Parts: sequence; C-alpha cells; structure tokens
Amino acid sequence: MTTAAASRSLSSTVVSARARRGWGDRLFRGLARGAALSLILLVTAMIIGMAGAAMPSFRAFGWRFLYTSTWDPVAETFGALPFVYGTLVSSLLALVIAVPLGLGAAIFLAELAPVWIRPPITFLVELVAAVPSVVFGLWGIFVLAPWLRNWVQPALGASLGFLPLFQGPPYGVGMLAAGIILAIMIVPFITAVSREVLLAVPNTQREAALGLGATRWETTRIAVLRYGKSGLIGAVLLGLGRALGETMAVTMVIGNRPEVAISLFAPGYTMASVIANEFTEATSDLYLGALIEIGLLLFAVTVIVNALARLLVWSVGGAVKQVRE
Amino acid sequence: MSALTAGSALAVVLPLILLFGFLLHQGASAVNVDFFIRLPKPVGEAGGGMANAIVGSLILIALAGALGLPLGILGGVYLTESRDRRLPWLIRFVADVLNGIPSIVIGIFAYTVVVLPMRRFSALAGGVALAVIMLPIVLRTTEEMMRLVPASLREAALALGLPEWKVILRVVLPTARAGIITGVMVAIARVAGETAPLLFTAFGNRFWHQRLDQPIAALPLQIFAYAIAPYDDWHRQAWAGALVLIALVFLVSLAARIATRGRYSAVR
Repeated sequence: MTTAAASRSLSSTVVSARARRGWGDRLFRGLARGAALSLILLVTAMIIGMAGAAMPSFRAFGWRFLYTSTWDPVAETFGALPFVYGTLVSSLLALVIAVPLGLGAAIFLAELAPVWIRPPITFLVELVAAVPSVVFGLWGIFVLAPWLRNWVQPALGASLGFLPLFQGPPYGVGMLAAGIILAIMIVPFITAVSREVLLAVPNTQREAALGLGATRWETTRIAVLRYGKSGLIGAVLLGLGRALGETMAVTMVIGNRPEVAISLFAPGYTMASVIANEFTEATSDLYLGALIEIGLLLFAVTVIVNALARLLVWSVGGAVKQVRE
Repeated sequence: MSALTAGSALAVVLPLILLFGFLLHQGASAVNVDFFIRLPKPVGEAGGGMANAIVGSLILIALAGALGLPLGILGGVYLTESRDRRLPWLIRFVADVLNGIPSIVIGIFAYTVVVLPMRRFSALAGGVALAVIMLPIVLRTTEEMMRLVPASLREAALALGLPEWKVILRVVLPTARAGIITGVMVAIARVAGETAPLLFTAFGNRFWHQRLDQPIAALPLQIFAYAIAPYDDWHRQAWAGALVLIALVFLVSLAARIATRGRYSAVR
C-alpha cells in the first residue's frame, strides 16, 4: 500500500514535469476536473432550484408550516406536521425492527458463521437490497397488509391492546405496515455496512481478547463491537437515511391519511408519499411550493443524517474504503 | 448467541424468499408472449401487455447512461489522478451524500430544471433524474477500480513516453474495465427499478411514445399504476410486471458479480 502510494506520487511528479508541455494532458485534466466539479454544481443547483420553487409557501406560512397540521389544498392552507410525524414514526419503527436484526446478521456474517456459508448469504443480502421499492410495495399491498389485518393486528390488539399504540380497528394498511416494509428494505443496508465495519476491525484486537481467555462471543462483544462502535452507529444512520426518504413501498402501504394518530394501526402519511401522490395534482404555485418545501426539508434532513453517517463510518479505519449505496 | 445471530441473518433474507415465491406464484401465469409485445388494454378488456413500458424503461436507462456514465467515469478518473488534497475529498463526500438523497427529491430537481422550463413531462426529464442517481455510483466505483491498477503499469507506459491522458485512456482504464463495467451494471440495476423520480418527470404513457420530449412509459411506473388500481386483471399484470422487473434487476446484478469474481476476492 505505502509503496504503491509512493510510486504513484513518484509517477505523478514525473508527469507534472511533462504536463507543462502537453495540451492533450491539460485538456484531459480539465475535462476530468469539470466532470468532478459538475457534482458540486449539481447539488448547488438542486438547493437553489428547490429553494426558489418553495418560496411562495415559505412566504405564506413561515415556520408555521412545520408545526401546523391542516393540509387543505382547496383552501390553500398547508401545514406539514402529519407528514413529518409519519416519516419520523415509520422510520423509528423500522429502526427498532431493523437494527437488532441487521447487527445480528452482520456479526454472524463477519465473525461467527462458518467461512463457507458467508459468501452465499452475503450475496442474498445484497439481492434483498436490489429489489425495487415498487415491488416491495406490491407485495406489501397484497401479502403483508392482509396478513397484518387478519392475524397480527387482532393478536396484538388482544394482548397489548391496553397500550394506546395498539388500539383501533385493524385496517392492515397503516403505520405498522409501513414500519415493517421499511425495516425489510433498510435491513440489508445496515447489515452490509456493519459487516464492512466489522471486517475493518484489526485482527490483533481479536487475538488479544482470545489470548486473554475470552470466549468467541466475549471476543466479539468486547474487542470487535466496541472497537467498531462509531462505524456501527454510522451504519444505523445510513439505514435511517434510507428509511426517511423511501417513497414507493411506503406510499403503497401506509394508507395516506394526513392525520397525527398515536396508534400504529391507524393510517398515516409521510413526507415522501405526499410528494409522490400530490405533485402532479398541484395546480397553484402555492400548492406546488408547499410540496417542494417538504422535499427541501427531506433533502436537508437526509443530507445531515448521511453526512454524519459517512464521517462515522470513515472514522473506523481507512480499511472501509467504500460503502456501497 | 451464535444461534441468535444466525437467526437474524435468516430473518434478513427470509422476505426475499417469500417475495420471490409470491411473485412466481402470482406473476408467472400472466407472463406470456402478449405481455412483451402488446400495449396495455383498456379497463375491462382481458389481455394486453406492457411492451411500451419495457421499451420505455430501456430508453430511459439508455438516456440516463448517455448523460451519467461519461460524467461519472471522468469524475472517477479525476479522483484517482488528482494530486490535490482537499477537492477530491470534498467531491468524494458530496458523491456519497448525493447517493443518500431520496430519489423522489432528485425527481423534484429534474422537475425544476427540465419539466418547468419545457412546460411538459418528458422522457428527457426522466433520463436526467435517473442520470443524477447513476452519477455518484459510477464515479465512486470507477475511482476504486482505477486505484487497483498497479502503479508499475502506469510507470511502464509513462516511461515509453506516452502523455498522461493516453496512459489513462489506453492503459489504466482498459485494465480497470471489468470493475468499471460492474459499477455501471450496479448503477443500471439501481435505476431500472426506480419509480419515485419518474412520477413527475417521465410521467408514464399508455401508448408508444413518439419523441423524447413527450411523456414515456416505464415498467416500474406501470406496476405502480396497476397495483393501486381496483381491477383484478390489472393486479395480475402488475405481478407479471414485477416478476419481469425483478428478473431484469437480478440478472444485471448477477452479471455484475460474475464480471468481477476473483478480482474482488483479491481486493479483500
């Protein structure tokens, strides 16, 4: 690694001596630089374009937009609270289900599983991540929601019905369905990134713990998980970022009712779903502005969550060079 | 504890197996020749297919590739070759963050830069949205794969007197080709299933599209429209569409994996 880096910088210095002459080199370098800079331009244009289009809504409602819950396109009164609430609750529910499963699967794949079984299972996990959102949504409508309505929700209502979380009629579609489908969709990301983080933990850590007489599980817990903690938090945040912005599958199973309800059985609505459902119907500038303002909010939140996640994952050794989408 | 972690690994892949089972069960009967060569039929008439949506998806992917691949690969070249410290770090970071931005937000972006000025939904707008999604994936894989090319190869080429740009185009990129193709295929598999950014850019179309500045059908859009419609016949078509889409995505992913078999394990 170091010799490669050294020889690369050596070849670079050789090149820089020549580059002063070659117009081909200058042209090529300019093109490559331009392509890379276009990425920054793109994100800047994204922010400016969306902020501009959201202006009418921001002028009309100000910060009230974030904490009022009237969404009335006819009267042109818009408050985004039910959507913010729906996004947060469905994502948190997804994390509650997905984090233990994802971390468990990652520990299995990186530490405990027999070596021959690791590649096929890792491959299957990657395939789950590759399933298009709309296909999960289709499955959610026709398989998950009826199953929840007929089996899970009556059972939950009978046993835990004294909690406000599990009250109300079992529709099938609703917050619970959204949380479960989101969990299924983000768990492969959490698994894959956590696995990479665990693999980046140096072997000396494990050897030291084993040398002190720790069992396999104790080694994993003390020497590996603790070492990779910030990276694992990053993995969870990456999953959260996915959940916050996930659109199609959620739109298809959450029930799309703009209300704040405590019960997980009740239908809800998320920021991404309202954009998906109403964008093409938005006729006035104010209506469109309100939807784009929700998009801008979603953009800001996911950028913060993702930035934080990347920094945390990068912090666990340079060994985790890349985290796939 | 070992058993518990094995159980969670099973729980992670179980939905895939359930999903695939149901897709085969529900969709296989509706996948026939008509599905691939016919237009959708109006409500109430049996039969019909999604030929326009399949072609539409291919056109959108091609458009996205034409816009996104050159930028992504060139950007990746910059990240590997640049001697600057800060700018590549920033670009890497922006690429990773862009990769995490919800696709529906990217749809809004394409709407503001293409649909609003043109005053109509179009295949072009859909292609732009998908290209923005492809860009960071292609950029990062290109960078990673170019880094794996041994420095001795570059040095040999440089020592023969080739200018740097020729070394990159004729020696480094061809050596990293298999890896870059993998990145491209991963990106294609990702955008092939994207629905949200197409809702208000490509918009969908029940007929053959005529021009690139007109709305165009796409397989995921059609699946969505049919899934939420109240007709049993459309539901069957949606299952069939989902089966075709997922088969396409899996084949591309599998091909990507086979292309780098061996190389990949050497990296780890």
